[in-house]
Amino acid sequence: MTDTAEITKQVKEIVVEHLGVEEAKVTETASFIDDLGADSLDTVELVMAFEEKFGIEIPDDAAEKITTVKDAIDYIQKQKSA
Amino acid sequence: MNDSRAAETTSATPTGTLMRGRRGLIMGVANDRSIAWGIAAACAAQGAELAFTYQGEALQKRVEPLAASVGSSLVVPCDVTDEASMDETFKAVAQAWGSLDFLVHAIAWSDKDELKGRYLNTSRDNFLRSMDISCFSFTAVAQRAVPLMKPGAALLTLTYLGAERVTPHYNVMGVAKAALEASVRYLAADLGPDGIRVNAISAGPIKTLAASGIGDFRYILKWNQYNAPLKRNVTIEDVGGAGVYLLSDLASGVTGEVHHVDCGYHVVGMKAVDAPDISTV
Repeated sequence: MTDTAEITKQVKEIVVEHLGVEEAKVTETASFIDDLGADSLDTVELVMAFEEKFGIEIPDDAAEKITTVKDAIDYIQKQKSA
Repeated sequence: MNDSRAAETTSATPTGTLMRGRRGLIMGVANDRSIAWGIAAACAAQGAELAFTYQGEALQKRVEPLAASVGSSLVVPCDVTDEASMDETFKAVAQAWGSLDFLVHAIAWSDKDELKGRYLNTSRDNFLRSMDISCFSFTAVAQRAVPLMKPGAALLTLTYLGAERVTPHYNVMGVAKAALEASVRYLAADLGPDGIRVNAISAGPIKTLAASGIGDFRYILKWNQYNAPLKRNVTIEDVGGAGVYLLSDLASGVTGEVHHVDCGYHVVGMKAVDAPDISTV
């Protein structure tokens, strides 16, 4: 589970499912709001989904900094390997 | 539903006919984690026909698919701060159904910045707006729902322990919920002669979209889990079951009540002996 490729795959799956966007659009640099059409509630819901999927806790101040797919992957990986 | 949430659920949503032929308006669903959705789903599983309100496009796109999943196509906008908007909402319900058997009010608001720190620092603007949306809206909704209701109908709102006792960060919302609980009692007295019941559910903390605005919410969840008599947090399914009870004839003799659905936490006065020290979580 802590494997980067696996985390990346699962994060992308959550984003695709939650935002209803094409998988091809969910690149690592994609911004949830600017590129993937998320609204502010979506970003909160995505963070809640990440917490649940990966069994981690993402505090508000960290959540605010998770704006791209890569931000999410990096944060989750750091938590899982800590 | 994934594994971690399923583990917290004590039983599947019970199906039956307790609410067959009843029509209810559900106000305040944001997504499938919403407490209002837990109540809606439980009522639908007992045969109720439902309508939903939403405020703004962001919530509309979330509510519509949920409504469709329980066979509801009556999904109407409602801004509880706007008298004309509320009139329109109930006009739409009246036109579609002609009558209303129950209503669930799960609406609250406060400036997120004032749901942390000291209550002392509450601003006048936020105080008034929090009271308007979190407290008066229930009365304003009742004013419009009651003319559509017959004896046996029921109104239900949602509150929290922070209305009765001090809980960290709840601040002005606790004050607004206290006023909401008082309005449940006054509405119950007003509407009792018409056979209309008015109750509130005081739910334990649940991780919803709205709760994401409350400071240190994870700490609150952990604290309740360790110290509640049932040693767990409540789920929206738990609240849904209590909602069916209060909205159906099972609770035909119950009105003016604030019913705790919190795994028993409200009876606790101190940390449980076996609860771990969670000064940091």
